[in-house]
Parts: sequence; C-alpha cells; structure tokens
Amino acid sequence: MTQFAKDDDSVVVVIGSGAGGGTLANELCQKGVKVVLLEAGARQTPATFINDEWAAFVQLSWLDMRTTSGSWRVATDFPNLPAWICKTVGGSTTHWAGASLRIQEDEFKARTTYGDIEGANLLDWPIGLADLEPFYDRAEDKMGVTRTHDIPGLPGNNNFKVMYAGATKLGYKDCHTGRMAINSRPRDNRGSCLQLGFCFQGCKSGAKWSTLYTEIPAAEATGNLDLRSGSQVLRIEHGDNGKVSSVVYADADGAQHQQKAKVVCVAGNSIETPRLLLNSASSMYPDGLANSSGQVGKNYMRHMTGSVYGVFEEPVNMYRGTTMAGIISDESGNDPDRGFVGGYEMETLSLGIPFMAAFLDPGAWGRDFTEAMDSYPHMAGMWLVGEDMPQESNAVTLHPSDKDAHGLPVPNVHFDDHPNDIAMREHAYKQGSAVYDAAGAKRNYLVPPYPSTHNLGTCRMSADAKDGVCNQFGQTHDIDNLFISDGSQFTTGAAENPTLTIVTLAIRQAEYIADQMSKQAV
Amino acid sequence: MSQTGFDRRGFLKTSGGMIFGTLAASSGALALLAPSRTWALELETMDAETGAAVLRVTRYIFPHDTLDDAVYALVVKDLDAEGAETVELLTTGVASLNEAAGGAWMDLPPEKQFALVAAMESTPFFQKIRGKSVVSLYNNELAFAHFGYPGESFSKGGYLHRGFDDLSWLPQPPESASPKAM
Ligand SMILES: Cc1cc2nc3c(=O)[nH]c(=O)nc-3n(C[C@H](O)[C@H](O)[C@H](O)COP(=O)(O)OP(=O)(O)OC[C@H]3O[C@@H](n4cnc5c(N)ncnc54)[C@H](O)[C@@H]3O)c2cc1C
Ligand code: SF4
Repeated sequence: MTQFAKDDDSVVVVIGSGAGGGTLANELCQKGVKVVLLEAGARQTPATFINDEWAAFVQLSWLDMRTTSGSWRVATDFPNLPAWICKTVGGSTTHWAGASLRIQEDEFKARTTYGDIEGANLLDWPIGLADLEPFYDRAEDKMGVTRTHDIPGLPGNNNFKVMYAGATKLGYKDCHTGRMAINSRPRDNRGSCLQLGFCFQGCKSGAKWSTLYTEIPAAEATGNLDLRSGSQVLRIEHGDNGKVSSVVYADADGAQHQQKAKVVCVAGNSIETPRLLLNSASSMYPDGLANSSGQVGKNYMRHMTGSVYGVFEEPVNMYRGTTMAGIISDESGNDPDRGFVGGYEMETLSLGIPFMAAFLDPGAWGRDFTEAMDSYPHMAGMWLVGEDMPQESNAVTLHPSDKDAHGLPVPNVHFDDHPNDIAMREHAYKQGSAVYDAAGAKRNYLVPPYPSTHNLGTCRMSADAKDGVCNQFGQTHDIDNLFISDGSQFTTGAAENPTLTIVTLAIRQAEYIADQMSKQAV
Repeated sequence: MSQTGFDRRGFLKTSGGMIFGTLAASSGALALLAPSRTWALELETMDAETGAAVLRVTRYIFPHDTLDDAVYALVVKDLDAEGAETVELLTTGVASLNEAAGGAWMDLPPEKQFALVAAMESTPFFQKIRGKSVVSLYNNELAFAHFGYPGESFSKGGYLHRGFDDLSWLPQPPESASPKAM
C-alpha cells in the first residue's frame, strides 16, 4: 500500500472517508493528486458486517461522547446520541439506505422561493441546479442509481406494496420503488440486491454503494492514496501566512502524529467538521479556523423527520428486503397553502424488533407499548423527511467542560424545531396516516424523530463571505487551501436525502482543487 | 439455550441466587428452541427473592401475556451482570415494594402489584429495569421467535427467494412502479 512521508507537504489531506471524503479522495487520486486520507474509524468489509441491529450499531457508529440541548425530544431520550452516524472507513455510507434524489431547482433558491420566514436564517445557495446537473449525472453513474442511466428500478417488497396501494387510493401520482444506489442488476463488479433487509447494518452483499468498497479501493489502485484508518484528526495547524500547513492526529493507540499538507479538506460530517475547526483556534484565528463570519457550527439542520407505522389485519413482514423500498414524492414541492414552506418525501422504512423497541416511543412502557410490539408482523412503515429551516441558534458548539479521550472539548448539539418544521411534521403525519388508512390500516403509530441521520449546514456555502463559511466550491472564504467537503456545506437542507448531493459536490470540488493546484493557486 | 445464559448443570454456586421456571405449554416457537421445558438462571450477585421480584416487575413494565418467563429472565440476567451497584439499587427497590405492600409484594393480587409498580415510575429502580428491558427483552432469539422476526438473513440468502414480495392481500403494483426482480 502506498505511504507518503509525514513531512511531504505536497499531499492533499482529506479528513473522513464517508460520502464526501471518500469520493473526493478517489476523484483526486484519479487525477494524479497524492492524497492522505485520515479516518477515525476502523476498516470493515462486507464479510465482517453483522446482520444484528445492536451489534452492528456498536461496530459502526460514532459513539464518542456528545451532549445535547434544546427542546427537541432527542435531547431527552438520547441525551448523548444526537446523531446516528458512523465512525468507520466508508463513514455513514456503510449505514445508509441508498435513497439518491436530486435537489430541486427552487430549493437551491430557498430565500427567494420562501421569502423572509421569521426566525429562519434562509439564504440562496451560490449555485443552482444547472451548475450541478453534469456532476449529478456523474454521481448517479458512479453510484449506480436506479431509474437513471437506464438502470431499472428495484422490485418492490411487501412494505412497498402497502405504500403503493394506499398512495394510489389517495390519489398520489408519484410513487415507485425509488432512485436507489443499490444494484437492481450486477454492475460495477458488484452483485444485485439479495433483499437481505439489513441495509442499515452494512450491506453484506455489496449491492448498495458505499465508499468502503467502491471509491476507496479504486483510489488505492491508482497508487495515489495513503489511507490511514484509526486516525482521528485533533486539530489543523497553519503557518504565519495564515494558510493551513499540517494536521495533528491520534492513531488507534492514542499516539499523536503530524502530517504536513498542501491542501486540507474536512469531511467529518456536520458535527465533527465544525468541531474540528473550532478546536483548531489559534492566536491568529481565536474563534476557530474559517470563522470570520461567526457561522462555523451555526445553522445546524437535521431534516424534518418522523415515521408512521400502520397496523393491518393481514401480515406484512416489512423487514423482508430493502429497508427503503419505495417513495411518494407528491408532497415534495413548495405549496404554502398547506401551512408551511418547503416540501417532504415519504419513504418506506423498516426496523427490526430490537430497534423498534428502542425507537417506537422512547421512554414508554405498559400495555399500549407492548400491544404495538405484538403487532410487529402486521406493520408497514414509512419515514417522513422534509426541509427544515436553518436557524442560527441551532448549533454545534464546544462543551465548556466535558472532554474526550484526547482531552478535547466534546461537541454539544443544540436544536429547537422551527414552527415551520412543526407544521410540516403535523401535515406529514396526517398524510402518512391517510396513506395507510387508505390501504386498510386498523391503527397507526406516529413515531418521533430518531437521532439525526442527516446532519447538514454547519459550515454553509454563501456568495458573500459574511453569510457563510465557504464558497460554491467548498473552499473556505478565509483560508484558500482549506476546504469543506461534506454535508456541512449545504446552504439549506432541501427535502431530499442529502448523500447524492454530497457526492456531486465532492466530484465538482475535486475538479476545482486539481485545477487550482495546477495553477499554483492554492 | 445454554449459550443464552441458562445452565442446568450449575447448581454449585456462589453468592447469587437461582431462579427457575417451566415453559408454558403455549410457548410453541420457544419450546422448539429450548433444550428442555424447565429452565434455571444462576445469578452472580442478586439473591433469588430479588431476582424473582424483578422478573415480575419487568412483566408489568412490558406485559406480553404470552411471552414466556424464560425471556423475561434474560433481563434479570443482564441486570445481575451489571454488578453490585445495580443489584443494590434493585434490592432496595424490591424492599420498598414490600414495605409499600405491608408484607410480601409478590403475594399481593395482580392489580395491587401493578399499582405499586406504577407508583414507582419515576424512581431510579423502575427506570433502571425499564431501560435495561427495552434492550434485553427485545434483543434475543427467543423474543424474535415470539414476535415473528427472524433476525439474521444473510446465511439464508436474504429474502430474494424467500418471500420479500409475497404479500397477496393487496393488488400488485404495476411494473412501471415496481419492476420484476432480475
Ligand atoms: C441509518 C442511516 C440511513 C441513511 N439513509 C440515507 C439515504 O437513504 N439517503 C441519503 O441520501 N442519506 C442517507 N443517510 C445519510 C448519509 O449517510 C449521510 O448523508 C452521508 O454519509 C454523509 O456524508 P459525510 O461525508 O458528510 O459524512 P460520513 O459519511 O458520516 O463520513 C464522515 C467520516 O468522517 C470521520 N471523521 C469524523 N471526524 C473525524 C476526525 N476528526 N478525524 C478523522 N476522521 C473523522 C467519521 O469517522 C466518518 O467515517 C443515512 C444515514 C444513516 C445513519
Ligand atoms: S436489502 Fe439489498 S441493499 Fe439492503 S443490505 Fe440487503 S442486499 Fe444490501
């Protein structure tokens, strides 16, 4: 395996190997750029993934101490687990369900489209759909997204059949088995979906796209990638000229190392990315790196979410097959007549018995709870996911006293729902229940948001340096050779699951970085 | 069943107690998994009386009438394994149940037993048992069998040829929405 010297200051250091970092590293390596990819977690393979919800959770999740505050229910039920994301090579692409949707034209212009919403820190993205279309196209091809590039859709499972029956009865028109980064037929040396039903536990068949077994081995094959797993970056350092020059990381034994760098790209997901910038404060940058706007860590978004589980007379057995097996997109547009701006998607979802017990109604006990659990084989499930409003007070900050194993302040995640988020959730619960009622449900369970799986916006891109942290290429406004390369860049959340856009931005950013490097501009 | 913590040989024991049970005739799926109809749980630290009471309390917190005591015993086992501090909390909690009962709580009629447990909802005793049960009770193969969830599927080739789309009580979606499996 390729190894670059720690004092080689010609390398690009990428921090985090998930959707953003794993893709960026590969794209750079393909262009002949030398990359050191530092990943805090260990490396698994499809063979070591476990078909067991809790065991896989412990194997793959980011479980380092985090704290929460704010009025969101997660702060009460899971005070030290604000987010359900990963610490492993491949990041949360090991865990993800694979739903891959493009952001809509109007959503890129959120401030213009929605107007001035009280309490919301809305801004238009500095780019639009037209800028991203060619890169979306490449991302869909790379990830093998169904219903694009002549790739057929996946076959619907039982959970989808219930959704489809209800949706059509209700008059919804846009319901199918989704655009999924899961092979419906063999492609890219990976087989097709075996309908295992453990997409959230790491896909043992490799049918689902993950940087772990696509981007990363492709990058390794170029000879330009030095992947160091078990390497958690603690701070980014800069020189007297204000440019970043190296990173300090701890290896799996806790020993610290310094790696020099020409360019540093941060892709630690939207909690660790701002935390790292804040923990890298220096006398030149007392508020943290790239934070002259004061927006680092602010505008944390997690999508408006919730779930509906319907119970039917006949069995459903929703656990069989792809976890996210279908979608209704009819509510994804902006129609303020519904009482809120922005839109939401409805996507099938299934949990096994262990996670159903944990997430159905955290803290609950007694007959109502056990009656719900007893109806498990007769349940169909859907997840509701829509645009939430960016608010400056929803923020990732450094805890004033709690420290991690390396002595660094742990992150606190503060979140309050915006009134628009609440109105949207109520509407989504009502429509989700109506879908199941139309399919004959005996009763429905409205399930509160899980710990955040979509974490966005904490280093957002902006046209004007005073409004955000980075420009349209993810390059920080303050420091030319420091880049944001994950979902933290999102100016607003849009209704769609974010990963396709994260990958798209990474492909576009790689072109920009390679170009800037060849012009000696960074 | 021995790998899940039941041990029918372990009568030579340490400081902890032992609780026993017999699988109910109705626990069909469970009986298939169990090596014998009687089971015994050896406790490390907890005494037998506390163990039996905690098992009963767990039944009131998560009442599944047809779920066998053998599965609830797994919660007791996991609580016992947490060690002295937890066992102390539980022993004291059971003592306060007895005190509130003005005698042995276990001897009260079910409605009275339940009322005393419900009155303890906000106590660390209750919350400790609830928090442990919500994981332990629902994270074992005996429970999976009861709830109709098969768990692991990779070794069986997933559900592609085992009924992922066998639901037949609703109309089939058209191929445009749900293409055939390839
Ligand atoms: C259960 C689940 C289901 C999901 N389903 C979908 C879906 O269907 N569609 C969709 O679009 N999205 C889905 N997502 C979200 C998706 O996984 C994320 O949007 C995406 O992976 C985020 O990419 P990222 O690059 O920002 O971060 P990640 O993929 O989380 O990668 C970040 C990586 O950085 C590493 N890291 C962090 N800090 C450091 C540090 N200091 N030093 C070194 N390494 C560090 C982490 O260990 C991690 O590996 C799902 C997520 C979950 C959890
Ligand atoms: S259902 Fe398909 S995508 Fe999901 S884990 Fe199984 S094989 Fe992978």
